[in-house]
Amino acid sequence: MEQDQRMADGWKRWLLLAGAAVWLGLPWLVFGNNYVLSTLILIGLYALVGTGMTLLMGYAGQISLGQAAFYGIGAYASAYLTAHAGWPAWLALAAGAVLAALVALVVGIPVFRLREHYLALATLGFGVIMFTFFKEWKGITGGLNGFFGIPPIRIAGVPLQSDLPFYYLVSLFVLAGVWFARNIVRSRVGRALRAIHGSEVAANSLGVNITKYKLQIFMLSAVYASIAGSLYAHYVTFINPDLFGIVPSIYFLIMVVIGGAGSVWGGLIGAAVYVCLGEWLKAVVPLLLPDAGGEFEIVFFGLLLVIMLIYMPNGLTGVALKGWRRFWKTGWRRQVDSHKARSIGGERG
Amino acid sequence: MEAWSQFVQLLFSGLTVGSIYALVALGFVITYSVTGILNLAQGDFAMLGALLCMTFVNSGMPFVLAIGLSIAAVMAVGALFERLAIQPARRSSVAVLIIITIGASFVFRGIALLAWGTDPYALRPFTGHGALEVFGAVIQWQSVWAIVISLASFAALHLFFQRTYIGKAVAACVINPFAARLMGIDIRKMSLGAVAVSAGLGALAGIVIAPISGASYDMGMMIGLKAFIAAVVGGLTNAPAAIAGAFLVGLLESFAEGYLSSGYKEAISFGLLLLVLLFMPNGLFAKMTGKRV
Repeated sequence: MEQDQRMADGWKRWLLLAGAAVWLGLPWLVFGNNYVLSTLILIGLYALVGTGMTLLMGYAGQISLGQAAFYGIGAYASAYLTAHAGWPAWLALAAGAVLAALVALVVGIPVFRLREHYLALATLGFGVIMFTFFKEWKGITGGLNGFFGIPPIRIAGVPLQSDLPFYYLVSLFVLAGVWFARNIVRSRVGRALRAIHGSEVAANSLGVNITKYKLQIFMLSAVYASIAGSLYAHYVTFINPDLFGIVPSIYFLIMVVIGGAGSVWGGLIGAAVYVCLGEWLKAVVPLLLPDAGGEFEIVFFGLLLVIMLIYMPNGLTGVALKGWRRFWKTGWRRQVDSHKARSIGGERG
Repeated sequence: MEAWSQFVQLLFSGLTVGSIYALVALGFVITYSVTGILNLAQGDFAMLGALLCMTFVNSGMPFVLAIGLSIAAVMAVGALFERLAIQPARRSSVAVLIIITIGASFVFRGIALLAWGTDPYALRPFTGHGALEVFGAVIQWQSVWAIVISLASFAALHLFFQRTYIGKAVAACVINPFAARLMGIDIRKMSLGAVAVSAGLGALAGIVIAPISGASYDMGMMIGLKAFIAAVVGGLTNAPAAIAGAFLVGLLESFAEGYLSSGYKEAISFGLLLLVLLFMPNGLFAKMTGKRV
């Protein structure tokens, strides 16, 4: 039994190491192909947002239909502070994250008093309102025309203008993000969150301050999204409000559902599958349906969302975890279970 | 005089939009009452209805037949959606069900995009392009139609729920699903019927508004969300209150657009949503209840 567990843990360590090696070596495998690199960067940025949302959905059991608003807050804060106010990019990134956390706090205090669909709706309303501000607050955001000329991010005075260093920068952020999320899940906060997910009333009666923990995770997920937004702004140097509306929020939601909110890796895996599938659809569908234009891929993502939620509510990581556990039918199962979050929103009583 | 005619103009445009929201909001309330599901794909039924009707009319079909046929088609789509997406997930959490309806909404939008493309279409008004002049304001006949049709639908639905056997069975499911089941009412059939009727109401709303604001694959989301605000403002299970909420949202939007700025229209209605959610989560018209958990 114990030996099996040690073996499983050893395998897990090797798997992580191999994953890290692939991640770091990937640019060399694809010979620095810029299209592939920019796709990987996009995956990394979405993975950051997704990891934050995974914590929120899987561990705090709350859904957010307005997460793109925080992505937008980071992007516009970085854009404005670096391009117009002349701040260094890192300071602007931090300021964006603080701003996002503050907005999450102000929005979260009243909103987390609500439950279930009302909460979903409130986040949706928040998303639409923020989108309106991005669109209408032309003096700061440039309105619908967009915000041009965002300076690149600098490390030790050297601007990061090519894809390769940016890829490493983003992947560092993703690794740090996942690592941090993992620690959160295994900390006191994580235990409290799982308790909330199991039964709010029970957790409350045991002295867990539900609202406080939910708020903290909401703020944390906002910070993740905001940092990703800041990096995105510096990477593409041009942003417009359409990137931060309701539909992008739903795309983030789709990523988390694909990846599965029950594991801190869900965000990364979901983002990778989402981006690759999207790129593949953009390449294949026009061959079959030459007239297809616009965001036709939403059909497939919509179907995927419905099918996944009906047949695989814990996402790909949920399936993988189950398979992994069946493979190592051992005593450490219980230990893993205690780190596992439930499916989104818990079961209906 | 100028100010007065502007006021009347805005009032009518608010009532027109409000009546559209009311039809869709009513669909929300019926679906939510019977199934407990908040169907965020409700607005897309309006989109499908409008685009189908436009296609039928342009193919030379008589207008009334085209309207009837497109409503029937959308009801079939609604029934299919209930069987394929809602039934299999009945035991899931509320959050999962909401996300499923969002997924369905994406599917409808995407299918419409593939079938009709991204360009908006026009549908001709029910009775010519003429307009009515009231106190110096110009009211399109289509606006009058919108208001009349929605009021007539409310009356018809009221009769349906009060006088017919099926209507009473649905009402029974709303009041107490468990007792309804003991009385031999098949809840699964009722759920199917509720979603289909809601889809039909949505389709009607889309058809009525299409001559005024056009029809395009992405019109569903905003109509759906506004109707949704209306339903929440009214209280999700109270049909007359939801209708009142819809007219309130329509008028608020219209006056905000006319007197303030069109850009912030969205923020104002969603701000209303947040205010109501935060301070009166049972809706503006709810009686005080003891429940507070």
